[in-house]
Amino acid sequence: MKYIDEYRDERIARELSAEIARRTTRHWVLMEICGGQTHTLMRFGIDEMLPANTEMVHGPGCPVCVTPLEMIDKAIEVALRPGVILVSYGDMLRVPGSHTDLFHVRATGGDVRIIYSPTEALKIARANPDRRVVFFAVGFETTAPANAMAIWQAKREGLKNFSMLASHVLVPPAIRALLSSPRNRVQGFIGPGHVCTVMGYREYEDLTREFHVPIVVGGFEPVDLLEAILMLVTQLEEGRAQVENQYVRSVTYEGNKLAQKILGQVFEVCDRKWRGIGGIPESGLGIRQEYEDFDADKIFALEGLTAEEPPECISAEVLQGLSKPIDCPAFATRCTPESPLGALMVSSEGACAAYYQYRRHMVAGRGGN
Amino acid sequence: MCLAIPGKILTTEDRNGIRTGRVQFGGITREICLDFLPEAAAGDYVVVHVGFAISRVDREEAERSYQLLESMGLLQGELESDVDNS
Ligand code: SF4
Repeated sequence: MKYIDEYRDERIARELSAEIARRTTRHWVLMEICGGQTHTLMRFGIDEMLPANTEMVHGPGCPVCVTPLEMIDKAIEVALRPGVILVSYGDMLRVPGSHTDLFHVRATGGDVRIIYSPTEALKIARANPDRRVVFFAVGFETTAPANAMAIWQAKREGLKNFSMLASHVLVPPAIRALLSSPRNRVQGFIGPGHVCTVMGYREYEDLTREFHVPIVVGGFEPVDLLEAILMLVTQLEEGRAQVENQYVRSVTYEGNKLAQKILGQVFEVCDRKWRGIGGIPESGLGIRQEYEDFDADKIFALEGLTAEEPPECISAEVLQGLSKPIDCPAFATRCTPESPLGALMVSSEGACAAYYQYRRHMVAGRGGN
Repeated sequence: MCLAIPGKILTTEDRNGIRTGRVQFGGITREICLDFLPEAAAGDYVVVHVGFAISRVDREEAERSYQLLESMGLLQGELESDVDNS
């Protein structure tokens, strides 16, 4: 509870956690989808403020973490080709591929650059007409419209030296896959607030109906998360399974229509492999045929690359809420943020990295209590 | 990388068909695309993700989230870039 003291809404947080304890009569397993939410939970010790019978497990909502190994290998292969500038979001550079990562490629002379926004990828392409600029674009529905915009604009400008290695994933099919698994333990979800800012939450209503599971779209601050947990526990205790929106200050039912429009123009739904989880049907976004001149997979003939995960990494179990990072034998020993074995240890939004930062002490007590 | 952070729009302009704004995140300002939020104007607080404003929030909420992100040390990483933005 150390960190919550720093937060000015401490009193509200304590009231919310007391209310959760009052309403909880059974053991409930809840999952936050989004890695940003995982980080807040750990950082502020929200999980430790909850009654013992409210268990939080951590979902697959970190795009850096679920980008499949072969995509990382493809990005590395492209970055090594002569004349290429590979650009991506900062965290992607540290994700381990089968043999190396993009940081090492950069350290050994590859031109790999960090961008904050897709518009910067275009800037680099315009400034370097004699080079081929490849944008390694990952992300959920929050990021996909911005990435789509880069392709749309490149086509409009007739930018010939720009292409995208696209690995976008969608949240609802992942929730469906988790709930369809015979091993599923999750009884309620905190929905991804920023994904829903873009997409709205209509799609989540189908999931609540189909699986009779409550989903509360939640924000990213301690009080947001506690309120979302309270709303979930209330639904569960009352036997309800509905979509509710806790993050009303940013999320509307319909979402951001303009962002959805550009996303639909440039991308189409496709099957996608998730790192640690495996293939999930219709869970990704690929580049439409009309824009194939910007598809790095096709331009560089990268299709068909496959790769295997390090056997020691139990990220598949963690991403499905079946294990916690501290259950992994490599956690904080052979796998650390400085030298990650699996992708969950890379981004600060990855569950293993969040546990490393805020729950390492639990390892010492492992097995002892 | 999936964070979205609130910032304040200082100015807006049309850059060859793309509506952009200079948005302030504490001490850092960035050029942000406003195409997904055409009604946003100078003085508004917007939630920004990878350089695109995706929703509008009220001032008090925005400042609260902003302080939190800063205290978590997440802001700098989120705005990290090799491109010169000055
Ligand atoms: S601690 Fe490392 S090796 Fe273990 S599950 Fe997490 S990422 Fe994989």
